[in-house]
Amino acid sequence: MSNYEAVIGMEVHAELLTDSKMFCSCRNEFGGEPNTRCCPVCLGMPGSLPVMNRKAVEHVIRTAIALNCVINPNAKFDRKNYFYPDLPKGYQISEYDNPIGESGWIEIDINGVTSKVRIRRVHLEEDTGKLSHVIGDESEVDYNRSGVPLMEIVTEFPPDMHSAEEAYAYVTALRSILTYIGVSDGKMEEGSMRCEPNLSVRPVGYEGFGVKTEIKNLNSFRAVLKGAQYEIDRQIRILQSGGTIIQETRGWNDARQETFSQRSKEGEQEYRYFPEPDLVPLDITQEWIDEIRKTMPELPRAMRERFVSQYGIPEYDAGVLTQARSVALFFEQTATLCGDPKAASNWIMGDFARLLNMEGIEIHQSKVTPTHLAEMIKLISQDVISGKMAKELFEEMYETGADPRELAKLMGPQISDESSLGAILDEVISSQRDVWDALIAGDEKKFGYMVGQIMKVSKGKANPQQVNRLLRERVQSS
Amino acid sequence: MTLSKDDVRKVALLARLELDESEIEKQGEHLNNLLNQFEKLQELDVEGIVPTSHSMPVFNVFRKDEVHPSLSQSDTLANAPESRDGLFIVPRIIE
Repeated sequence: MSNYEAVIGMEVHAELLTDSKMFCSCRNEFGGEPNTRCCPVCLGMPGSLPVMNRKAVEHVIRTAIALNCVINPNAKFDRKNYFYPDLPKGYQISEYDNPIGESGWIEIDINGVTSKVRIRRVHLEEDTGKLSHVIGDESEVDYNRSGVPLMEIVTEFPPDMHSAEEAYAYVTALRSILTYIGVSDGKMEEGSMRCEPNLSVRPVGYEGFGVKTEIKNLNSFRAVLKGAQYEIDRQIRILQSGGTIIQETRGWNDARQETFSQRSKEGEQEYRYFPEPDLVPLDITQEWIDEIRKTMPELPRAMRERFVSQYGIPEYDAGVLTQARSVALFFEQTATLCGDPKAASNWIMGDFARLLNMEGIEIHQSKVTPTHLAEMIKLISQDVISGKMAKELFEEMYETGADPRELAKLMGPQISDESSLGAILDEVISSQRDVWDALIAGDEKKFGYMVGQIMKVSKGKANPQQVNRLLRERVQSS
Repeated sequence: MTLSKDDVRKVALLARLELDESEIEKQGEHLNNLLNQFEKLQELDVEGIVPTSHSMPVFNVFRKDEVHPSLSQSDTLANAPESRDGLFIVPRIIE
């Protein structure tokens, strides 16, 4: 299989974070009772007129800036005509030949190697209603989503991506950027971000392109990786057995972890685009762009590089911490308050991340504050509590949001004085006589076991460095 | 350029118009007349002229991102030929 390479382009749709819809004042929010966020405009009633949502347009300009695009000052809207029940007007308002952003790029990293993925265009359109197929010959339609501002981001042709890992790196990097700049919540699971790779394979060294397929229904970022890899393998298998690829749309079946044929594409659809007569064109001035640029937050890559240089944490840590802006900000506050960035990073990527994952919430929804986490890290460095006690204390703090200093008082202090530790040592030596004998006879593996027993008897409160030192002294003098 | 009957049928299908044979004939004539007019226009030299998408010099007509009340569910569904549980019911589209 090594003599083929994949060629992958990507179409990403992201619903924009606005309060109201694109061309009317109905609420833009996920879910809700069906058909309760509709009006004559988003239902396509005759005589209704669309009016552009300024914030949605600014979100796309903001995205175009973040994706290093050229911004088209004369962007305008067009009608894309087709009949489908999720589209009440019989056309979708979109942008055809003058999209807001063109010719951009972002950088992705694969195993420490950085490469560029070029972006052809970023444009604004409206989302369709939600169609669900029920059993029998009927379908149900909910138009709550109809008219929600939707941004489409398309990669450049010929595509720069050649592996499933690159496709995954691209969509996750894009999600980071879109959530950092606050234009999208980037939730593939809820369908607010949808990624559709188009993919073909060709013999290595061949300049042309193979027949491509498009993958739909990818319902998570993981599915982008799995789906693209499945499709690459499937196409190579077919070609190697002498078969031909059919140009078609393939759906991703997450339960079976495979793609299946949805429909074959018979040539280009005829959308008969023409300029939207109900909307006036945009005039995106340099002043307007500069104004938006001024409000841009630091982007994930810049933040990652700064974390490495400013806080001296490893590249890897910085990469993980800057995936979500809320985590990056939490880290930065904690690191500044406690003065120990690496400890802050370890806690946030370790115990904290594990608990957040288990509960399925985001860091800013947790009861733990940067101030409390920083306090706890200070308690460890000041030897008030041991690392082991801290693990317990952290879980308590996570559950209750309590002040770590109060919790440490309740737990009692760490045991560091030699006489108390000596007493515990005596106790463990007498209860673990066989192990102790083996240890002084030279079985070094028993040392760690003894330390573990001492920690256990002290309920985790013994100072581990002290225990190690005292136990070593005992062994040597026995 | 002249449109054939098949071209007319295709355009009618795209616009979801049901035309019988005599209507196809008639609409074909109309469309061909229209196309002839456009061919006449194409004789003009438009080199260097930016395509016009709108005739009025008006730009950036926006609304604020504010939520106003929507229609009630019953009003939204009032004209639906068929509805159930707050949803529009349409014939199943087979892909």
